[in-house]
Amino acid sequence: MTLKIYLPLDSAAVALGADEVASAILAEASKRGVAVDLVRNGSRGMVWLEPLAEVVTPQGRMAFGPMEPGDVAGLFGDLAAHPKALGLTEDLPWLKGQTRLTFARVGVVDPLSLSDYVAHGGLEGLKRAVAMTAPEMVAEVTASGLRGRGGAGFPTGIKWKTVSEAKGDRKYIVCNADEGDSATFADRMLMEGDPLTLIEGMAIAGLACGAEKGFVYIRSEYPVAIAVMQKALEVARAGGLLGDVLGSGRQFDMEVRVGAGAYVCGEETSLLNSLEGKRGIVRAKPPLPALEGFMGKPTVVNNVISLASVPVIFARGAEFYKGFGLGRSRGTIPLQIAGNVKHGGLYEVAFGLTLGDIVDKIGGGTLTGRPVKAVQVGGPLGAYFPRSLFDTPFGYEEFAGKEGLIGHAGLTIFDDSADMLGMARFAMEFCAIESCGKCTPCRIGAVRGVETVDRIARGDTDAKPLLIDLCQTMKSGSLCALGGFTPYPVMSALTHFPDDFAAKEAAE
Amino acid sequence: MLDSASMIARVEEILFAHKDMEGALLPILHAVQAEFGHVPEAALPVIAEALVITKAEAAGVMSFYHDFREHPAGRHVLKLCRAESCKSVGADGLADHVREKLGLDWHETSKDGAVTLEPIFCLGLCACGPAALVDGKLVGRLDAAKLDAILGGLK
Repeated sequence: MTLKIYLPLDSAAVALGADEVASAILAEASKRGVAVDLVRNGSRGMVWLEPLAEVVTPQGRMAFGPMEPGDVAGLFGDLAAHPKALGLTEDLPWLKGQTRLTFARVGVVDPLSLSDYVAHGGLEGLKRAVAMTAPEMVAEVTASGLRGRGGAGFPTGIKWKTVSEAKGDRKYIVCNADEGDSATFADRMLMEGDPLTLIEGMAIAGLACGAEKGFVYIRSEYPVAIAVMQKALEVARAGGLLGDVLGSGRQFDMEVRVGAGAYVCGEETSLLNSLEGKRGIVRAKPPLPALEGFMGKPTVVNNVISLASVPVIFARGAEFYKGFGLGRSRGTIPLQIAGNVKHGGLYEVAFGLTLGDIVDKIGGGTLTGRPVKAVQVGGPLGAYFPRSLFDTPFGYEEFAGKEGLIGHAGLTIFDDSADMLGMARFAMEFCAIESCGKCTPCRIGAVRGVETVDRIARGDTDAKPLLIDLCQTMKSGSLCALGGFTPYPVMSALTHFPDDFAAKEAAE
Repeated sequence: MLDSASMIARVEEILFAHKDMEGALLPILHAVQAEFGHVPEAALPVIAEALVITKAEAAGVMSFYHDFREHPAGRHVLKLCRAESCKSVGADGLADHVREKLGLDWHETSKDGAVTLEPIFCLGLCACGPAALVDGKLVGRLDAAKLDAILGGLK
């Protein structure tokens, strides 16, 4: 009898020792003369339990974690008596509370097995799509209410319609996998755990928009995701998902491109320049990339999660997807709960949970056990929220109404030891390091911002109105979100945590 | 040490392998750096000529991106995350510890050529920070003791 064990290849699991645990499993099996089928899957998203091993039993998959090599021998004995036993994976409260649509297969399947993919509902969306006309496909996405999950929240259907109706001898689908925001790792987890879903979503986008070529631009900081995606492309080609798409007579193929450590390339026009082999300088809009994108041709630029949500929309229908969420934020959102948090990881749920519920109930408060001071929502360009705003429901408009943004739905939790003046300074410093240099408010403003925060730290009260004025200039005068949104963390820190900006003065 | 003629020959092989690619400059620079550990200055005019751009344009692209090196790094490269999530669990203190221990600031290489210290802004290990990339190996939940053990192995 073969013992089947799942152990993630996910970067977080690997960073916490999954490869060492995998070696120990193979060594132990060999020592005992037991046949073992070790599947390296994606992560279930419970990062505090990684590396999380799952052993297949007649009752279902049993979870064990966090695993260390010393815990491996016990997987070959009485499982119920294992000190790291967590019970059946499906019964774990963290998973039971979720609505997994985009991440339905992540952590469940072998990421590189097409048969496993199909057995878990893969390709159903694409099969339905190939029987539709391009306008019908675009209408389906529009009706689902899907908005860009990269942060901007632009309706995906409108973008597709523009490209679909644009004239061009060539069109492109570009997947923005330059997930540079701290606290975000949904793109990485999806590409590592269920890359075929992204490929299926891109193939549907290609058919809907009349594009025959796609690119996934993955940041170089994601070596595991790059490797898994590259292998997945071969699996997809061999399985007829790419090339002549499912034998429909329509062509779509794609390639993986690797970034080179520039944060600003997560901005779509900068990404397109980078993809063309140029400096990652932001382009002025118009022209929109939908009309003049990669190589000047009509191009869809969508985030990984937007494209990976397309297959389930086609498989289960726009109405099904739209049935989740609140207001104009439809469907589900993979929350990434990070930083100083007890239970960190990925939690996919319909829009609408309050920030407080996410931080306190799902995240379980801080890792250090100290009170939560601030939560930065939306990455380095997102605002810091104090506890007094924890009743804000998670939605695009709801966060905008509180001078914040949901961005790519990453949340960094800070305990009461956080120095918010220091975080405001860091926001400006990061902007200065990563600015592409094209527009003055960002290029110069960020440098002046660091200096101005330093003046406040030295007790110079005149510097405060100057910082506010500078933030307004950057917000309204910058060409893209890097300079334009850096004021969010700075202003929110200043507004909600005035003591951190005053305490320094008193100390002088 | 590779002589210049063999280096150019290898660069030309890399260029040939990318000849049908749209927007090939970044993949070419990645491939050259993977081969030599940095992008040798003498490679730039060869690359520029093949892509029909000026050497200044090629150099401009190379210098824009943090990843590309003009000179070889140390025998080991330690990239420590400096982004917000890692900061929330003590990355700043860890960075001070490493810089003091190695006697290096960011982007510097130790005198014996053993270690290059670099900042990195997010490895997507935001729920298990502080995180680092050590010679391409991901590590999470770092503390001073764990990092000292890693540094001890970098000879």
